[in-house]
Amino acid sequence: MTRKAVALISGGLDSLLAARLIQQQGIHVEGINFYTGFCVEGHTHAIRKKDRDKVKRNNALWVAEQLGIKLHIIDIVEEYKDIVINPKHGYGANLNPCLDCKIFMVQKAYEWIQENYFDFIITGEVIGQRPMSQRKQTMPIVSSESGAEDLLLRPLCAQNLPPTKPEVEDWVNRHLLKDFSGRSRKPQMALAKKFGFENYAQPAGGCCFLTDLSYSVKLQDLWSNRGNKQYEIDDIMLLKVGRHIRPEPAFKLIIAREEGENRFLTGYKGQFQTIKTVSHAGPLALIEGDSLSAAQLELACAITARFSKGREADSVELLYADHEKDSRTVRVKPLPAQELPQEWYIA
Amino acid sequence: MSDVAIELDARRLFCPMPVIRLQDCINRQLVGTRVKIACTDPGVMNDIPTWCRINGHKVISSQEKDHEYILIVEKGKDGD
Ligand code: SF4
Repeated sequence: MTRKAVALISGGLDSLLAARLIQQQGIHVEGINFYTGFCVEGHTHAIRKKDRDKVKRNNALWVAEQLGIKLHIIDIVEEYKDIVINPKHGYGANLNPCLDCKIFMVQKAYEWIQENYFDFIITGEVIGQRPMSQRKQTMPIVSSESGAEDLLLRPLCAQNLPPTKPEVEDWVNRHLLKDFSGRSRKPQMALAKKFGFENYAQPAGGCCFLTDLSYSVKLQDLWSNRGNKQYEIDDIMLLKVGRHIRPEPAFKLIIAREEGENRFLTGYKGQFQTIKTVSHAGPLALIEGDSLSAAQLELACAITARFSKGREADSVELLYADHEKDSRTVRVKPLPAQELPQEWYIA
Repeated sequence: MSDVAIELDARRLFCPMPVIRLQDCINRQLVGTRVKIACTDPGVMNDIPTWCRINGHKVISSQEKDHEYILIVEKGKDGD
């Protein structure tokens, strides 16, 4: 009887190698990939024009193709909010709830194997690889809190961990698994070479935007100014785009940096108040904040004009629109550079 | 050969959401069913064909017009 395993595929090298090690033992492997909304995959290259010309590839799909396995991509955006907003085990260096995230994903994979009659789960985790979620003490926490228990096998470091059911039952040969540990990437790179894998992705920080400092600062700012830690998918998408400038607690501007971002922000015209320079070429800006006073609106326009081709002009004309309803033109003097303090930038 | 049975609107969604929409739809169809999907993320021109290759489905056509990408996909035997 051919045993079946589902591999958590992030798109990085480790999950690629872990899956290949198990495939080599005659196990039928399929991949599962979770979309949280914070994943680095996709968006930014779709938005920014300068990135549009680069190879657009989804690394999880690429990994699955290298392995010749099916990939099931699962949208967990809604359920994942609770993990980001309220992580039981806390955050890492930034707003990354890595340990809770791992537990959640393994738990979802465990539900998946039960529904699909698979035998066990594999991940590319390596002891000591990541400071928060991949320590020796956290490995059993992931296994037990996810409910997967001894059905969770980590092929890359299995020899450093107690035997799991697939090893005990001889579904896989433990001696053919690995004993990797620590932060060094050398053993993985050597194994990739042995397997003939090239051009694999090497993400620096992690698999999602929550490990990014600048992104986390923007998310924290959003929560602080709303007075609660809720978010919608549009909120977290917009945090990936444009300059974010908050001159006062009451409002924030999201100003496009280039053509691709302009086009992306245009899609939000129906949901936001917007400002667009008309007398000069310039960016589109979204205003986040309600009922701005005349002075606040003028300031918002002066800041937006600052990023237009008319930044040195005596006055710039802009079109202000309220959720695509009312619109009117406003004429302002662009804000001089020295009057735009660094503290207004959220990053 | 059947004509397009289902049309999906994945415009303004970013990868991998269009792929997920297509996957969740195709998984509920019978072999040979054709699904048409309209997208605005150029990444789909790479991601949807890759997804089809690994899951055993077939891209019947793909075209770009005015920043919109339209693909027609047929459910294959291997994919369920
Ligand atoms: S980097 Fe992001 S996706 Fe990866 S484990 Fe941490 S929170 Fe989860």
